[in-house]
Order: sequence, then C-alpha cells, then structure tokens
Amino acid sequence: MQRILKSALVALWFMVLTFPLLAIKINPVSKTVSWHFDRVAMLAVGIFVLALGWDWCFSRKNRGLPVFSLPQNITARMSAIANNMALRRASLFFIVGALVAMPLTSSLYQTNIMISALLYVMLALGLNIVVGLAGQLVLGYAAFYAVGAYTYGILFQHFGLGFWACLPLGGVFAVLFGLGLGFPVLRLRGDYLAIVTLGFGEIVRLSLQNWSDLTGGPAGIANIPRPGLFGVDLSLEGSTTYIYYLVLAAVFLTVLVIGRLRNSRVGLALKALREDEIACEAMGINLMRIKLSAFALGSCWAGFAGVIFAAKTTFINPSSFTFMDSCMILSMVVLGGMGSISGVAIAAMILILAPEYLRAFSEYRMLIFGLIMVLMMIFRPQGLVSGEKLTYRISALLAKGKGGAA
Amino acid sequence: MDFQYFLELFFGGLTRGSIYALIALGYTLVYGIIELINFAHGEVYMIGAFTALIVAGLLGFTGFPAAGILVVAALAAVIWCAAYGYTLEKVAYKPLRGAPRLSPLISAIGMSIFLQNYVLLSQTSDFVPFPRLLPEFDFLEYIGYIMGPSDFLILVTSTCTMVALTCFIRYTKMGKAMRATAQNRKMAMLLGIDADRIISLTFIVGSALAAIGGVLIASHMGQVNFNIGFLAGMKAFTAAVLGGIGSLPGAMLGGMVLGLCESFTTGYISGNYEDVLAFGILIVILIFRPDGILGKAKVQKV
Repeated sequence: MQRILKSALVALWFMVLTFPLLAIKINPVSKTVSWHFDRVAMLAVGIFVLALGWDWCFSRKNRGLPVFSLPQNITARMSAIANNMALRRASLFFIVGALVAMPLTSSLYQTNIMISALLYVMLALGLNIVVGLAGQLVLGYAAFYAVGAYTYGILFQHFGLGFWACLPLGGVFAVLFGLGLGFPVLRLRGDYLAIVTLGFGEIVRLSLQNWSDLTGGPAGIANIPRPGLFGVDLSLEGSTTYIYYLVLAAVFLTVLVIGRLRNSRVGLALKALREDEIACEAMGINLMRIKLSAFALGSCWAGFAGVIFAAKTTFINPSSFTFMDSCMILSMVVLGGMGSISGVAIAAMILILAPEYLRAFSEYRMLIFGLIMVLMMIFRPQGLVSGEKLTYRISALLAKGKGGAA
Repeated sequence: MDFQYFLELFFGGLTRGSIYALIALGYTLVYGIIELINFAHGEVYMIGAFTALIVAGLLGFTGFPAAGILVVAALAAVIWCAAYGYTLEKVAYKPLRGAPRLSPLISAIGMSIFLQNYVLLSQTSDFVPFPRLLPEFDFLEYIGYIMGPSDFLILVTSTCTMVALTCFIRYTKMGKAMRATAQNRKMAMLLGIDADRIISLTFIVGSALAAIGGVLIASHMGQVNFNIGFLAGMKAFTAAVLGGIGSLPGAMLGGMVLGLCESFTTGYISGNYEDVLAFGILIVILIFRPDGILGKAKVQKV
C-alpha cells in the first residue's frame, strides 16, 4: 500500500515536472497554443507503473539479488545447454548459415538494413576492445569511422584509388589517428579521457565540415564507387549482395581476431588495465604500450568499417559521424556487456534492427538508447551477456600436470 | 575605429563569457561535491530556455507587459530547471553512488541523450523564435555602438547572480555545509551534515544557474532549439576546466577567458573554427594543465 502511495506521488511529481514541455506547444509564428493533456496523463500512468517496478528492482538489488533472474531449474538447464558443445556448434552453424543465406532470400531493402546492422556490429566490437576490454571510455569513436570513410572518399576523388587499395589504407589511417589521439592522452584517465576523446571527435567532424577544398565541406563527397569484383560489372542488387558478403566476412574476421585477442597476452594486459591501472603497472605491464595498442586495435576496425560504409552508401558527409553516432555505438557496448563478443554483437543487431522493423518505435530510438544507458548502468552494469572471465580450476591444472608428468 | 571594433569584440566576448560562466558554475559545483561530470547539465540549460519560451508565449497572448513577462518566464525556468536537476540526480546518479567511476558518467551521457530527445519529441526539431523581451534602456544609447541592451542586461544579471552565489556559498549555513561536503564527505556526515540533501541542493542550485543562463542567451540570440544544450554544455565545461574544475572563481574566470578568446578569434581571424577553438582549448588544458588556472594539483593516491 505504501509503495502504491509512493508511486502515485512520484507520478504526480513527474506530471508537474513535465507539464510545460509535454502539454503546451506554442507556435510563435501563428500565435496559437495547442494543449496536449493526453500526453501528460499517459506519462503519469507510465511513470506510476515504472515507479512500482523501480521500487521492486531496488528492493531486489538491495537484498543482493540480481534484478532479472529466471527460476533456478531453468537457469541450470540453460547453462547446461550453453555448455553442450554439440548444440553450441549446431546453433553457431545455424546462425552462420542464416547470415550467409540471407541476401539470397530477402529483398534489396532488407539486405541494405542488414549491411548497416553488420557494420554496427563491427564498430561495436571495435569499440568493445577500447571500452570493454581496456576500460578506456572513448566518446569520439565515430571520428575513426569518419577517418576510414573519408580516406576512401578523398583518395578516390583526388588520386582515383579503388576500394581494395583503400580498405587497408583506411585501417592504417584510422590507426594513425588512434595513436595520434592516444599518445597525448596517456596520462588521462576516466572522465577526463572521455571528454578529451569527445572533443577530438568533434574536432574531426568540424574539420571535415569546414575544410571544403579537401572534404567537400558539409555537402560531402558523392559518387564513390562500389567495390569491384575483378572487373565484373555488377547490377545494383548484385553489388549490394557483394557488399553484404564483404561486410559479413569482415564481421567474421573481427569476431575471430577479437576472440583470439581476448585471452592472448595483450588481451589479458588490456583487462588488467581495465581493472586497476596502478596494479597493472606494478605487474610489469608497460602502460604506455598497452594503452596505445588498445587505441590502435580499437580504431582500425572503425577504419575498415568506414571504408565499407563509404562504398555501401557511395556518398559521405560529416553529419553521419556525429557525437550521437558515437553514443549509439557506446550504448551497444553497454547493453551487450563490456568485454563480451556475443553480447555486443547481439546488442548491436537489436539496436539497429528493432527500430527498422518496429516503425512505431523508430521515432523514439535515441530516447530509448539514452534510457538503456541509464538503466543498464543502474540495474545491470555487466550488460546482457557478462564478459566471461578466464578461470583456471586448480584441480584441472593439477590433473593436466600429472598427465603431462606421467 | 579600430579601437571601437576591439571594444565591440571585448564586450561581446564578456557577454558570451558570462553565460558560459553561469553554466560552468553548475558543472563545477557538482564536480566539486561528487566528482562527476554532469553531462546532462547542458540539457538542463536547454530545458530552461524552452520553459521560458513556453511561459513567455502563454503570457504574451494575455497582453502582459514585456518586462513582467521576462521576470515571470525566468522565474518559471529557474523553478522547473531546479526540479529537473533534482529529479535527474535522484534518478540517474544517486543509485550509482559508490559504483565504478565510469558508470555514473555513462548514465549521465544516457540522460543527456534522453533529455534532448524528450524535448525533440514533445516540442519540435526546428529552431523556435524566442520573443524579444529585453527592455530598452535610454541611458545606454551613447554606448550603443559597443553594447546592445541585451548585452548589458546579461552582464548585469550574471554578475549579480555570481555575487549572490558567492555570498550564498561563503556566508550561509547551507553554503558552509556544501563546502564541507566538497572537502570531505565522510567527515561532513560525521559532523551531522545530511550529505544526500547537500548533493540535491547542489544540483538544484546548479540547474537554477543554468536556467538563468538559458533564458538570457535565448533572449539574446532570439531562437532556441533542442540541440543548443550540447555545444553550450561542452563550452561551459571547457570554461570550468580552464578555470580549474571544482573552483567557483575559476569557473567565472574560465568562462570570461573562453568568451573573450572566441570573440577575438571570430572577429579577427575567422568564424568557421569557433567551435574547434573551444574543443582545442579543452584538449590542450586537459593534457597540459588538467587542474586549470586556479585549481590545485591533486596527488594520485593508490
């Protein structure tokens, strides 16, 4: 009862709070006012329900329980399924098969959406190296994406270089920018680093916008060619399918590389950096080298993705690389779970595909992205799929040691 | 003539700078107490401008006198922004106290995106003209060529606000409690200060200052948009860092310096890279002197 009363009060508070902005809309040109009381009423109901849920979530959180958890026997069964290698392999094959078959069975429009979703998977996985593994909050990731895209655009426009020459170059330039950003910010940590990278991202965007001779200014660069396939002339559909497979291959490569990276020497050093910078240095890890490699590893994927993006849209301008795009990629990492590959990939897919297919929600896309970031931080900071920690069981190691000795 | 141009730029810079300073104070107050960059602060400022616009529009239809409208609209903006600031803290930051340092920051970014889109969806994505409410002062005519009435009003209002804030922090009991909490929260709590209340108070005061800034700039520029908060917030943050984050006089000084820098570069070099300049200053300061002009260096403890 007390909870209901409290929630009602909260709803009332929010009604008052949002009243001027939600309910009153003024048209200063025609001097008319339109009232939207229905919106406030809807919001009040929504807030009432949310406040109840909020309270419930907190009471669980304070008791040390996870906010969302399934009954014990279901979780046990699910982890048994997850650990079943044969099933895992089968589902992996199924997913790969579905992804490979996708452009053959669906329309051009859907293939195009899927391409952008896969590009974002790539971007999110790249950012995941910097934010998820190394714990360095970078808010200007779209800048590296822009560097990749503009590498292709500019090199094509001024030197006539093709896609395949630009793909590695885009990665190289993005890495150079990553190192150029990483070097001066070595000493910074946490929030200051975040702000500096944000500033860097904005500077890159504003430079692209103002340096008209090189970048075409706000109008951008148009008529960028699609990638060629050994000189074969492809139709629009053919080249879209071709780009789809390119992106898919790039995503597989990304997953493969990051999966191998994660438990490598460098990957473990990155995780150590995330957990505690000072302890990491005390363990004999060269902080400068490891931070720079985090920046380099993260930015190169954005560079590749940028080149592919330019080839896909055939047109680039600075407004595709704003702070909001950086935030979108960050919210994928946050939702998916920092450091987890599958989680981040799934989150990127959800966040790109859901607004496309649920048209009613597409207006609220950024609103929901913002909300996700807040709620995830409060209730499930580890993300949908928490990044698996590498664990060694002493008994297993001993058994192995014995086996080796015998 | 040249000197006159210089004066024009100088006062233009001061006007701009005093707005930055007003917003920067909010960043600095919050950072001083909970060491959090309140990313959504720029959005509070934008909401202030919108609230004032709506109230002014409503009153404008009833035929209220212009000066009265300005006062009522500003009051409404201050009250609602304070409420937004309070709610923001309760919803997005308070549950994350004691979490790893990046969590509240990400939450703040999320809140900033949320508020921007909330205004975008509930109001409009276009630039909305803001009514001209600033009164004309006759005695200003003879300096009219360097300073318009809105510049004058902005300078006076922001100076008064800053003086009032300084007095509040320095001489009142609540101000004292705020300073104590900023110095050492645990110790302050041991001395019977309700830290939660002080943190709420900080957000309220900071948001109210941002609202004043929002109303002033909106009536100066003559238009508002859901997007103005981001850039203004970043510039104000630059000002706060420039002066030394956590220090009140630093924020005021930083705002003025940034405003003057921008005004002179725009006037003497080119307006194209005005925003780049602010971000450039921010990066350079953070890298070479992260404690700002007036800040004290902090020792990193293990």
